[in-house]
Amino acid sequence: MSTLSNILFMTIRLSTPIVLAALACSITKKAGLLNMGAEALMLMAALIGVLVSAWTQSLIIGLVAGLASSILITLIICYVSFDLKCDLNLTNISMNNAVIGGTVFIMYLVTGQKSVTAGILNSKTMPTVNIPIIKDIPFIGEVISGHNVMTYIAIVMIVAVWFLLYKTVLGLRIRCVGENPMAAESVGISSKKIWYISYALSGLVAGMGGVFLSMGYLSWFARDMMGGRGFMAMAAMNIANGEPVGSAVNALLFGLAQAFGTFIQRFNINADLILAFPYMFAVLLISVLTFIRQRQEKQHRLNMIKAREQKV
Amino acid sequence: MSKEVLRMDGITKIYSNGFTANHDVNLVLHEGEILALVGENGAGKTTLMKILFGMESHQGGHIEVNGTTVKINSPLDAIALGIGMVHQHFMQVPSATVAENVTLGIEPRQGSVYDKKEAIKRTQELSDRYQLMVKATDRINDLSVAQRQKVEILKALARNCRILILDEPTAVLTPQETEELFVQLKNLKESGISIIFISHKLHEVMQLSDNIVVLRAGKVTGTLVTKDVNPAQISRLMVGRDVVMSIEKDDPKPEDTILQVRNLVYYNDENVKVVDNVSFGIRKGEVVGIAGVEGNGQNEIAELITGLVKADSGEIILNGKSTAGLEIRDIRDLGLAYISEDRMRYGVAANLSIRENIMADRLDRKEFRTGFLYNSKKINSHVDSLIREFEIACDDQTQPVRMLSGGNIQKVVVAREFSSGANLIVANQPTRGIDVGTSELIRKTLVRKSRNKEASTLLVSSDLNEILEVSDRLLVMKNGQIVAQFAKAQAVDEFELGEYMLGIKRMTAEEMGDLL
Repeated sequence: MSTLSNILFMTIRLSTPIVLAALACSITKKAGLLNMGAEALMLMAALIGVLVSAWTQSLIIGLVAGLASSILITLIICYVSFDLKCDLNLTNISMNNAVIGGTVFIMYLVTGQKSVTAGILNSKTMPTVNIPIIKDIPFIGEVISGHNVMTYIAIVMIVAVWFLLYKTVLGLRIRCVGENPMAAESVGISSKKIWYISYALSGLVAGMGGVFLSMGYLSWFARDMMGGRGFMAMAAMNIANGEPVGSAVNALLFGLAQAFGTFIQRFNINADLILAFPYMFAVLLISVLTFIRQRQEKQHRLNMIKAREQKV
Repeated sequence: MSKEVLRMDGITKIYSNGFTANHDVNLVLHEGEILALVGENGAGKTTLMKILFGMESHQGGHIEVNGTTVKINSPLDAIALGIGMVHQHFMQVPSATVAENVTLGIEPRQGSVYDKKEAIKRTQELSDRYQLMVKATDRINDLSVAQRQKVEILKALARNCRILILDEPTAVLTPQETEELFVQLKNLKESGISIIFISHKLHEVMQLSDNIVVLRAGKVTGTLVTKDVNPAQISRLMVGRDVVMSIEKDDPKPEDTILQVRNLVYYNDENVKVVDNVSFGIRKGEVVGIAGVEGNGQNEIAELITGLVKADSGEIILNGKSTAGLEIRDIRDLGLAYISEDRMRYGVAANLSIRENIMADRLDRKEFRTGFLYNSKKINSHVDSLIREFEIACDDQTQPVRMLSGGNIQKVVVAREFSSGANLIVANQPTRGIDVGTSELIRKTLVRKSRNKEASTLLVSSDLNEILEVSDRLLVMKNGQIVAQFAKAQAVDEFELGEYMLGIKRMTAEEMGDLL
């Protein structure tokens, strides 16, 4: 394997959870909600998936339980925010903290360990897939083939989320509620119902990212194992203004930054700097893109004023 | 006469604060009829239509649609009964297409997939059938206001609406767009749809409607057949005082000019010229009133003088200095006080105390300081004396303003504005929605301040009693221009005033005389 194909392979692998989380954020963003709780959703799914698959010795039951747990978390967030009227962002932040602590607590109750389940629980993992024919193509095969099955599901999910948002009735309603809830309410669409549904879907997709980390990328659960991937995903989604395909591409860029960080470890560079690299990259990317967007908006305003002067 | 489709019988609406918006209102609508609902602002037209569309409840009376008594508890009930409403503010999703907006909630589908082709086909068919000239595939973002209004009509038609309510539809349109809309509304009428059209523009009412219902202060003052009446008759029913309240005052003895406004022009956010080359002056010792149907530029004049919005051209000279480029604070320091139409937004900070609200504009004065600390004793006694003088009913000066009644909140505003030492008071609807006693106090103070030469006043009001009794000189605005000037407001005949306000008559420059 060449160095380049190695980095690209790593990029795809490391991007998988970020892509899924970014898609999750994209769904709620289109409904007008910022999903700051992706971190919590992924973490809960990662733990429950490991525990249930270890108990039942069934991969499928483990996965289903993991995804169900993250959907359950979204329903709690929705109830607190939309029924009890607590601020959504505050609810999400509290939920992140509660789940970071809560998962360690549950892990300790079950295994007596506070850091990792490795070696104690015999949990199941998802298989890797070697794609026939493609795997034999030089370079391309090395990059694209041999990933975990969830990575391929993530690619399908990019199309699926795009299809949901832009081709289905539900998607139209999600986008309309996100842009003007009053308009939707005036034709009998309950915005609260749409918010619940989009958050639950978001929980499902984010949960896939969570179980990938603990049942594919690794084969155990470790405390706080998301390490900010949920927030990176949120940034990726925001840069793309909630568009699913753009969000996924940005997530891929963050994955590249992570892969690059891992790669340069070989060159005896300060480990803390390497850990910080993807985040610095995120800040840089957001700054540059925001700068460009603001300039475009300014130009747009100037054009509007010009048009108005001509009209007068 | 054709079939009766709607009957509103004895509708009465009393708001929780005791204000009667509609009193025993009757209205009948026939198939294929265009009914104009006319009246001044605050006459209860919109409230009546909101009741019909299920957005407001009502206390008395009942509604019949196609001969059966119905209960309309929400807009969805109304839509199900075939009633559609085009609001002044459109309920639309800007980044979605016309077809998506029109079919939202009643989407054509194949399984759970949105059938875009069918949606476009249906929308385009409707648009073509009624010649609304809207393209189904356009995005709302790219449409003009007039086209967006057509989208609202399409939304109603797509839901099989038989009764279409339009709330002042021409307010946002150019004359050409208005003509186009009227042709389209007549097409709708031909196909049997009944239309209720809210307006206070009489020439439009005469041009479009079959019948007219006139409201004044929540009551029906006339049900007319359009072809049998003339605009002056409608105007008499619309404008008038139920009780004449009079203020006794001497004639003013105006001295030198305090405020000069020259050739003022202002375009609003929708690029409409709402103030059109306005010039006038105010001299020391007089109250100048601006009358007019709301939305003819009076409010913008007040906001331009106070610096809340900036003029596109023209100049404003206050006490000898141009206010161009000055901050609001600087303009106030030149001698301006402002009683805003929207007291909760511009008048007070609701969560702060009476004391803080009154002191807001004068905290940096030397007299309230000792060294670099505030002199609490001085501040307390200053605020207490104002509370006594203006009879503000409160526990004490630390009470948050939001706990007070509307009238007392306005008293806090006037206590500050009347005691700021300004020599020009801009009073924009100063007594709207507040009790009789407080209104009386504000009106009398405005007159007194002008008589003892403390401060002149520019009064903008849609309360006829107020504008005729408090003002010395009276200007009338229509379509952003001054169309009449009366030297003595108390002597003005209210019906004649109504004809100027509604654009039936207009003075020549000679008749108006010197505005400055």
